Amino acid sequence: MMKLLKFLLLGIVFGIVMTKSDAVSWFRIQEMFRFQSFHMYGIIGTAVVTGVIGVALIKRFKLRDFHGNPIVFYPKEKSFIRYMLGGIIFGLGWALSGSCPGPIVVNIGYGFFAMIIVFLFAIFGTFIYGVIKNKLPH
Amino acid sequence: MNDFITQTWTWWFSGLVISAIMFFLIYFGQSFGFSSNLRTICAASGVGKKIKFFDFNWKSQMWNIMFLLGAIIGGFIAKQFLSSDLPVQISKSTIQDLAKLNISAPTTLQPAELFSWDAVFSIKGFLILAFGGFLVGFGSRYAGGCTSGHAISGLSDLQWPSLIAVIGFFIGGLVMTHFIFPLIF
Repeated sequence: MMKLLKFLLLGIVFGIVMTKSDAVSWFRIQEMFRFQSFHMYGIIGTAVVTGVIGVALIKRFKLRDFHGNPIVFYPKEKSFIRYMLGGIIFGLGWALSGSCPGPIVVNIGYGFFAMIIVFLFAIFGTFIYGVIKNKLPH
Repeated sequence: MNDFITQTWTWWFSGLVISAIMFFLIYFGQSFGFSSNLRTICAASGVGKKIKFFDFNWKSQMWNIMFLLGAIIGGFIAKQFLSSDLPVQISKSTIQDLAKLNISAPTTLQPAELFSWDAVFSIKGFLILAFGGFLVGFGSRYAGGCTSGHAISGLSDLQWPSLIAVIGFFIGGLVMTHFIFPLIF
């Protein structure tokens, strides 16, 4: 249980910072898709730029995780169609609900209980993907 | 000091913290990817017996479920203890664009037209939430990740698949915002 507690704490920090920077707001996602503010691009951009630097440093200095194991980054399988089609479907839902999976649950904690419907249907969407996976181009 | 906490936190601070969370997860031997939880929840419900995609050791993903529970608690703490309850300060042009779609200016974090009980119990309002959720859940698994897994983790590792997925996210988001919203709102 103590092993899992640190992940709970990281989740709490995530929920707080996503709420406090408005990243869980439908309005902010609309503003982003209308290119009318730098705010969301700033958040994602800062995370990615510092992320690129950090990952490069981990690889350069062959850093290890806290278990003492080498940190490895597994390349995602090569494909175009699944990332493009899946990405477009995700993007349609992202703009419509104004939330990606993380912010959906943060909103539930905030008290927007309508997001429970979004959350349940997101689980259902994942379930349907699992059912028809083999019929889809990947 | 109090204002400093209750006002909207600036973008670079948020970005740095999100990046730090990713590196903490990497340091703890895991990775930052939120939508995997949706698959884990399906697997934990027992559907793995019938559907191969959900037949895996979901208990190994408990760390991510804990992260999900933490995110819910974080949203609660932010609302109860750190919030100013001021409307989201979005740009004037966005407010004007949304007014044309009959969505009123922010009074809180989310639009009442979509997330109030009135909206939930209307057929159209329910369908918007249901479709939105379905597309997010289906699309994230088809693409193999969501904003955290692809846009943050994948791009940080300079992975082409993640760049393709993020371009897809934006195509979908732009089509919804600029072409489908005028039809449904």
